Amino acid sequence: MTLISAQVYLFYGFAGLAVLGALGSWLLVRNAMAAVMSLIVTVVSLSVLYVLMGAHAVAALQLLIQAGTALVLLLFVLLLVNPDPGGFGTRDPGQVVIQIIGAAAALAVGFVIAGTVSVTLPLPAEAAPGSGGFRELGVQLVTVYAVPVEAVGLLLLAAVVGAVVQTRQEGR
Amino acid sequence: MVPIEHIVGLSALLFTIGVVGALVRRSLLAMLISIQLMLNAAGLAFVGFNRIWQGSEHGQAIDGQVFTVIVISVGAAQIAVGLAMVLALVRNRDSMNVEDMSVLKW
Repeated sequence: MTLISAQVYLFYGFAGLAVLGALGSWLLVRNAMAAVMSLIVTVVSLSVLYVLMGAHAVAALQLLIQAGTALVLLLFVLLLVNPDPGGFGTRDPGQVVIQIIGAAAALAVGFVIAGTVSVTLPLPAEAAPGSGGFRELGVQLVTVYAVPVEAVGLLLLAAVVGAVVQTRQEGR
Repeated sequence: MVPIEHIVGLSALLFTIGVVGALVRRSLLAMLISIQLMLNAAGLAFVGFNRIWQGSEHGQAIDGQVFTVIVISVGAAQIAVGLAMVLALVRNRDSMNVEDMSVLKW
């Protein structure tokens, strides 16, 4: 097996794993903790896909930020609020039909978008070797994309301040 | 390597799963998880398109990857604020079900 075909097999394997994790994060599991773990499967699979596509720096950041921080935060809150075991996804029986119609409509829109995009795209070509490292990414971030990076920094600051204000309890 | 159609298809599939999850599930946490899924799908599309962009005359361009980094950061901000809101709501209403959050509804 050559390296290229190994890459292709890895891609489809982890793509399937990502879809399974995504489905499991709300469809297959009844437990909130298992749902978060399922989302972690998707996030880690996506970072493997990033590596296969040559975006090594993005894959590392995905693991560090998404899996390492965001999902751990999610687990912490899960432990804090202690959701009742049956309360994750209890549904109103009268709304099931509406929900199924809405889900089918969303699926249809997704397929239409995917079909349009795949028809109008040019043929793929191989990526240039040696791109996607932290050096190239860092240079881009501090030169061309300096303003968006500052905007994201401002957004994160606002998010942290907002989170503290929201969760602060009066009188303590 | 994998054709771009499959990467975009996977991205669209993940995004659709996220949309359906956000619509169908009535739990605040499940909706947050689904939104996170949608952000991840968008990031995957950016990196996939970046590969074609690199294959054209632009050579070493990695703009798509920069966008993905920004999307990941926005996801982190979203989950921080979202979880703070979940905490505040659960404290005040003692419920994680969005059906109970109907103060703005008339």
